[in-house]
Amino acid sequence: MIFKIKRFDGKNFYFQDFEVPVKKGLTVLDCLFYIRDCIDSSLSFRMSCRMGICGSCAVRINGKPALACETQVVNLKEPVKIEPLDNFKVLKDLVVEFDDFFLKHKAVKPYIIRNDLNYKNPVEFIQKPEELKKYYDFSLCIKCGACYSVCPAAATNEKYLGPAALVAAYRFVADSRDRGARERLEIVMDDHCLWRCHSAMACSEVCPKKIEPAKAIQLLRRKTVLEAIRRLIP
Amino acid sequence: MKLSYDVIVVGAGLAGMRAAIAAAEKSKNISIAVISKTYPIRCHSVCAEGGTAAVLREDDSYDLHAWDTVKGSDFLADQDAVEFFVRECPKEILLLENWGCPWSRTKDGKIAQRAFGGHSVNRTVFAADRTGFHEVHTLYERLLIYENVDILPEIFLTNLFIENKTIKGIAAIELKTGELLAFNAKSVILATGGAGRIYGFTTYSHQVTGDGIAVAYRCGIPLKDMEFIQFHPTGLVPSGILMTEACRGEGGYLINKYEDRFMKKYAPEKMEVAPRDIVSRAMWTEIVEGRAFEGEYGPYIGLDLRHLGEEKIEERLPMIREAAIKFAGIDPVEEIIPVKPAAHYTMGGIHTNIKTETPIAGLFAAGECACVSIHGANRLGSNSTIECLVFGKVAGEMAAEYALSKNLKQISTKEVEAESKRIFDDILGKSGDENPYQIKKELNETMDKNLWIFREGNGLRETVKKIRELKEKYKNIEIKDNRKGINTDLLWALEVGYMLDVAEVVATAAFLRTESRGAHYRLDHPKRDDLNWLKHSLAYFTKDGPRFDYIPVTITKWPPTERKY
Repeated sequence: MIFKIKRFDGKNFYFQDFEVPVKKGLTVLDCLFYIRDCIDSSLSFRMSCRMGICGSCAVRINGKPALACETQVVNLKEPVKIEPLDNFKVLKDLVVEFDDFFLKHKAVKPYIIRNDLNYKNPVEFIQKPEELKKYYDFSLCIKCGACYSVCPAAATNEKYLGPAALVAAYRFVADSRDRGARERLEIVMDDHCLWRCHSAMACSEVCPKKIEPAKAIQLLRRKTVLEAIRRLIP
Repeated sequence: MKLSYDVIVVGAGLAGMRAAIAAAEKSKNISIAVISKTYPIRCHSVCAEGGTAAVLREDDSYDLHAWDTVKGSDFLADQDAVEFFVRECPKEILLLENWGCPWSRTKDGKIAQRAFGGHSVNRTVFAADRTGFHEVHTLYERLLIYENVDILPEIFLTNLFIENKTIKGIAAIELKTGELLAFNAKSVILATGGAGRIYGFTTYSHQVTGDGIAVAYRCGIPLKDMEFIQFHPTGLVPSGILMTEACRGEGGYLINKYEDRFMKKYAPEKMEVAPRDIVSRAMWTEIVEGRAFEGEYGPYIGLDLRHLGEEKIEERLPMIREAAIKFAGIDPVEEIIPVKPAAHYTMGGIHTNIKTETPIAGLFAAGECACVSIHGANRLGSNSTIECLVFGKVAGEMAAEYALSKNLKQISTKEVEAESKRIFDDILGKSGDENPYQIKKELNETMDKNLWIFREGNGLRETVKKIRELKEKYKNIEIKDNRKGINTDLLWALEVGYMLDVAEVVATAAFLRTESRGAHYRLDHPKRDDLNWLKHSLAYFTKDGPRFDYIPVTITKWPPTERKY
């Protein structure tokens, strides 16, 4: 099978073809390893868990972002085109800059906020299974960047927080243990946040964890509207 | 980039991040860096699935958790350490609860617990079958609130700076620029994880290459009990991806080709939830004696969840179902999952005491890279994630206290130049013709063959010899990429060097231990030998290979008895 891999050496982008012997059961990541081990070890890519949970290996495979480790090769159209994620600065070959993506995640205060947390004497909260359910699916984000790479709002506005960060914001707003909703809604109501989403839904389509960031954004918008109304009433 | 800190934590998995939080909680006035070769949430801890043990309810007790752990360890665990450990576990669960971990719940909203191998009661706290993933994300997100913690991702450890048996800092390569950085620190915590990629068929992430273990060893710090490698009974065929023990904890069966629940022969009482060493040996015996299924990728055992029903599988084991479908084309609701034992956990590690101190002043180690030891010869499932939390916290507090009372010791230009020469001239600059990835492949093959579940003297001797040959070859490797920035080729090749050193210790320690205990089973010495071998091994680096010393096991309450399940 021919793999057409987009490479970047710090100056130039170019495509390079590699021939990899494939069989049923092999993943795109297995093929990248084959190329590294047997053809050209200067090819750079990120990977680790090879089971779809660490979020390292998202790349564009035949144009669509996906985790290399869980993409079976037998179903792919040849030649298999592998490119780095869009909307991220390419550092080398398939390795892109993630610092900014993580800063945006941090910006939404993705942690429990309440002033009675006691480090020395933590307590058990009660959270009913139905309360857990309200946010659980949104806690599954592996921060692979697939959603961000296809987001038209992120493509045109550097400051836009992007789908993954907004998922994190909603995940905590919806957690019955959290008391930081107002603080967090304040952040996402900002100019470059929530209302910049075009509702293109591309994020939900590509999420390897089936998270539906577009839905999280809708739910966040509802919360912010309610919050805005609440503020109008003295 | 700032290159000087009070406390440096190397590794951003569960132990490393917990350590950083503990240090930050200890004092706002110390600077802390978390240095890691990946972004924190890409660590291997995210692969932990089934759960985290802690005594939370009336039907359980510290003594019972301690006894289960000691018995599981085949009496090689240090009992003072175990007794300390079990008392610290519950608080860690509650801290994660307070920081937002989405623990699975009972109907009335309390933290739920499930059955796990070798534990006498339902003691394992869990977040579906993604426990490690949620714990890691919870810790990472909590870590973001501390202003005195810098998270420095994609920086790769190459060496420690030590003077007069005291730590001064670390050497590391920044992936993005390829520069060698010398970080100065008052105290350093190694939390770099295990070394499981010395094996081929394994549940481990690709990045688990024993970096911290190897670097410490090369610096003269002894490695303890390295012969004990855990084989998890249920690695998915063919990838080795972990099928959590919770599959069996929730009621799943192991069956051979006659659809027989063979565990009744090997552990009639505990059946499928006997400790991992026992289940793995049973499975391997079924395979060797021809009672396994035969598939495209060789013999396998069936992990049968069908009787649990779709609803329970979706609620309790959703990721297992997802992984089985994606990676093996099998839906566990309808079909049996093909599994066989896979290398899973490094019981041994950097020698520390109960306070996570290594023999080097100011250097601490915690998590899988360390050996306190609470796991002895065989770790119980769900005791590792909690070990990371408990001893991560201890290390963080110890390192912070140490830093508060000490001054920085300068690293000389000469020391940095020597390290730079070692990496860039002697390794990267070498124009050899050996392929490091081929060396790794050969290492994996020999480990899978001779350092597996059943071991014997000749195979072990052969493996030690083979590893030495590979180390000779390694001196002549070719690194194709000679550029500086994002030189993954260089870092991957350095990892192979680490793995060779660690594997040599594992193989030699296993050759020397002429008894069977826990996960270390010698066909030529099938009995446990307390008279001669109730002791920890310590491996010291020499240029001719490891030198061994032995120290006694601490026994407080539980004298060794026969281990039956």
